Amino acid sequence: MQKTYKNPVYDYVRSPDQDSSGRTHHPVIIVGGGPCGLAAALDFALQGIPTVVLDDNNTVSVGSRAICFAKRTLEIMDRYGAAERMVDKGVTWQLGKVFFQDEQVYEFNLLPEDQHKLPAFINLQQYYFEEYLVDRIAEENSIDLRWLHKVTELETNPEGTHITVETKDGTYQLSCDFLLVADGANSKIRTQLGLESKGQVFQDRFLIADVVMKADFPTERWFWFDPPFHRNQSALLHRQADDVWRIDLQLGWDADPEEEKKEENIRPRLQAMLGEDVEFELEWASVYTFQCRKMDDYIKDRVIFMGDAAHQVSPFGARGANGGVQSVENLAWKVSAILKGEAPLALLETYNTERQHGAAENILNSTRATDFITPKNHISRVFRDETLRLAKDQPFARSLVNSGRLSLPCTYEGSPLNTADSEDFNGGVVPGAVCKDAPIKINGEDAWLMNQLGNRFVAMVDIDANGEVVPNLVTENPDLAWILLSKDANKAQTLARQLSQAAVQAISDPQGLVAQRLALRPGSAYLFRPDQVVCGRWQQPTAADIHAAHRRALGYDL
Amino acid sequence: MHLNTEANLNDADAFYAELTDLHRDLQTADSERVNARLILLLANHIGDNRILSEAMAIAKDLDPVQN
Repeated sequence: MQKTYKNPVYDYVRSPDQDSSGRTHHPVIIVGGGPCGLAAALDFALQGIPTVVLDDNNTVSVGSRAICFAKRTLEIMDRYGAAERMVDKGVTWQLGKVFFQDEQVYEFNLLPEDQHKLPAFINLQQYYFEEYLVDRIAEENSIDLRWLHKVTELETNPEGTHITVETKDGTYQLSCDFLLVADGANSKIRTQLGLESKGQVFQDRFLIADVVMKADFPTERWFWFDPPFHRNQSALLHRQADDVWRIDLQLGWDADPEEEKKEENIRPRLQAMLGEDVEFELEWASVYTFQCRKMDDYIKDRVIFMGDAAHQVSPFGARGANGGVQSVENLAWKVSAILKGEAPLALLETYNTERQHGAAENILNSTRATDFITPKNHISRVFRDETLRLAKDQPFARSLVNSGRLSLPCTYEGSPLNTADSEDFNGGVVPGAVCKDAPIKINGEDAWLMNQLGNRFVAMVDIDANGEVVPNLVTENPDLAWILLSKDANKAQTLARQLSQAAVQAISDPQGLVAQRLALRPGSAYLFRPDQVVCGRWQQPTAADIHAAHRRALGYDL
Repeated sequence: MHLNTEANLNDADAFYAELTDLHRDLQTADSERVNARLILLLANHIGDNRILSEAMAIAKDLDPVQN
């Protein structure tokens, strides 16, 4: 069926580990070469930790599956050096239309805040997302990606994990300090360990189809509630790369998935939706039941679950792959710091607590959208329908219409790694939240703030008006990377030169957008974790404040 | 701010009459729709989830109906 994309075939390669007489040890082994497993490998490479990735298949996603990648995911991909191809290939859209029954009730323009490097989100087929990550991984010598190597057995204890890997050349044994599991929603390793992912199965079925349109169709997201061509159900149309359009059709609980998947049954539904004269070709289709569920604890001894294996959401709001990648980046720096002896093992548990919070928020958002799209009883349906009718003329009602909210990263509010504000900040980015991007200049060249953060702890201080206290902050915290920020490029560069420390960078904020978005005053400082999350901020910091916040974010106060 | 449960209507009798007149000629299904629209409009006007939650808590506390 698929014509616009040909899945790459990756060769099985025999590993020297298979010829070893004993059990070869690796610090980190990742199971699963999907979006999360691949992302994890790149994150570890940037932290200087070698990884082995084991995948039981030899290609990327068959069919497009995840399609909507949000800004936060793109920022993470940019940190990995993989965002540019994704943004170039992906489709950026801003216009959406909402239909109810026979008419359009309103249209919207997302109008994201400008002066950010990356768009609010792109639509891109999952296979491209994965392929670009595989290509990027090929540039990293420290990642050993093994296709057609399947984990069949494992044994874990508080010291480490032993696994058996099956290949066409027979089985071999490996051991690791940490086994990271991203083998999907129906994780075999989760089952083998007797662990469960618990939650809710929605009593509904959806047909997901990708079609290629022969004629022009606008780059807009169209969502229908109870349309004339598909009574009492919902429908969604949006564009992906290569003129492929994603269509979601709600089928109801009584639908027979095997029947609905047949092309002769799909065609008339799509024809009614797109219009009788629209020509299209069917690329891929599948029938899904949606689930929102998660594991109570993502960590079992030295085995750690990520992605859909750990937490699964219904697709409304695009929080599956996006939430998964955010879990990956939360985990990678923590495991790396533990392996390097820079953080206590106790830090690992904060992956569970922080990402339980993330998953709960994603599940809540996803469940609310699903409940709006599929009202659970008569009176919910009355409220839903009247909300849609009011939305036509009453702007307030549009804020209640929920066909999936844009995926935004959660704030790790109350995380034990945060140092709470001790001084008043009017706005800015609170501890536990991801930093906001802004344009900057480095040595006269245009650059972006987010590209200066990540992979290690970074402290940033606004040196304007308060230059004399800065040298002390920096020299007393030599294990941090430092950013000296000034409106005046010369001032920042001069001070950076005076400090002979290696990891000191001068950046200027000619438009004042960094200061505005972070609510900086002269002398303010922020401390960022390796995942670009704020872990402390001060209006008048001391070297000891920053040192203590760094230790706290590494888990020494747990 | 909390939900005001003291008398606050500037003409209570006129409001009550208008509310019941609104439904006088409606079938139950249409009354449900009108009520839903009214709740949505008024909730937006109030705007504060805490006040709305307090109202919902009182509203859902149903006495058993005597037949």
